[in-house]
Amino acid sequence: MTENLANLFTFGNMQFLMRGVAMTLLLTLIGCLTGLIGGFLLAYARSSKGNLLAPVRWGAMIFVEVFRRIPFLVTLFLVLYTAQMILPRAPLFWVAVISICLLCSAYMAEIVRAGMESVPTPQIETAEVMNMPRWRITWIIVLPQAWKVILPSAVSYMVMFVKDTALASQAGVFELMFAGKALVNRGLDPLLVFATVLLAYFAISWPLARLGQWLETRLAHRHTERGIR
Amino acid sequence: MAHLKISGLDVRYGTTRVLCGIDLEVARGELVGLVGPSGSGKSTLLRALVGLVPPSAGQVVLEGEIVDYAKKDSLRALRDHAAIVFQQYNLFQNMTVLDNITVTPVKVRGRPRAEAEAQARALLARVGLSGKESAYPDQLSGGQQQRVAIARALALKPALILLDEVTAALDPELVRDVLDVIRDLAGEGITMLLVSHEMGFIREAADRVVMMDAGRVVEVGPPQQIFDTPIEERTRAFMSKIIRH
Repeated sequence: MTENLANLFTFGNMQFLMRGVAMTLLLTLIGCLTGLIGGFLLAYARSSKGNLLAPVRWGAMIFVEVFRRIPFLVTLFLVLYTAQMILPRAPLFWVAVISICLLCSAYMAEIVRAGMESVPTPQIETAEVMNMPRWRITWIIVLPQAWKVILPSAVSYMVMFVKDTALASQAGVFELMFAGKALVNRGLDPLLVFATVLLAYFAISWPLARLGQWLETRLAHRHTERGIR
Repeated sequence: MAHLKISGLDVRYGTTRVLCGIDLEVARGELVGLVGPSGSGKSTLLRALVGLVPPSAGQVVLEGEIVDYAKKDSLRALRDHAAIVFQQYNLFQNMTVLDNITVTPVKVRGRPRAEAEAQARALLARVGLSGKESAYPDQLSGGQQQRVAIARALALKPALILLDEVTAALDPELVRDVLDVIRDLAGEGITMLLVSHEMGFIREAADRVVMMDAGRVVEVGPPQQIFDTPIEERTRAFMSKIIRH
């Protein structure tokens, strides 16, 4: 046991695992940030009005429904094989990034939509009657009120998503899970390796989860505080 | 020439006809009170006039221009002249009182901020809310919020103001403040359509009263006629119930 521990906790192995942690964090961050932007665009497209924009609305709805319904692994392999068809030596990192962005955009679209819908419609109607264009209503009235609902949910999703990135290892993408598997392949004790991987995932997820809770209570609290007349 | 002329206006929600051929002419500067039981179509009429509910038939002429609700330009032109104030005030909760009033003049109408702010301060003084410029809507009472909503509508210098049950959500002691503001506006050349259950106020302040029921105009006349000597049986029944309670 002591020997196994000593074999695992070498500077080289820890550096290797840390690179995995960094990649997991990078994938999560890229996914969630682009997801937030993509999700906003999808939610905005879905809330469009008029017959002329119906194809945009339908397109956004189909995208969101499809990518929310299929397993991430399927999305990953779809992107992998499509990428390899176009570019035989497609870099795996970008395959993972694209897959993650598709998934995150679809999920974030629903989070952003729920946030935007939390703003009372009469406020929007009032702005419409004042001849305010829709993009401006969204920008200066809806989003400044919706972010309080969006942010905690987005962080909660991020926590869940950290775990999903582990699936990228199935396509050969280097991240924390992949690093763990690589260490096991080098002959290190699997139990110890994956226990360490577990701790690393926990170390990433737990502070994020706490941040989500803190944001939720803080934003709600600030609202009621100002609400006292 | 009538300032606002409504002819044969129909509104449908699905297969239900909620407004059935409304005809009404309103002169410039007139204050017209709309009365009638709940669900009679008073609020729908106001919402239809500003295009929040698309009319299915009929014609609206404002300032001599026929409004085509299907065309954006026409709707925009109408909304440049008309403002609506709702029962629930609908102030933008993320903005201060001052921003609520200046946002449209500055961002939509392109007026200089300093000028819009000066006008907003003057309007706030007029509705008795000087010193509340930096407050957020949820820091104000219902009556104060409603007066901000009226100031916000006035900042757009509308020729027509539609007031939809503006006192219905307020505590009785706050109603008077809001009604005082409306009374103050009457006689300033602004045409007003007022939906309200404040019969005493309508009787006293309105130039004419429109009695509505089941999506139709039942009777139009001066307040004395509608309240004291109604011609139509339906108006009589409605008034007798109100007086009894």
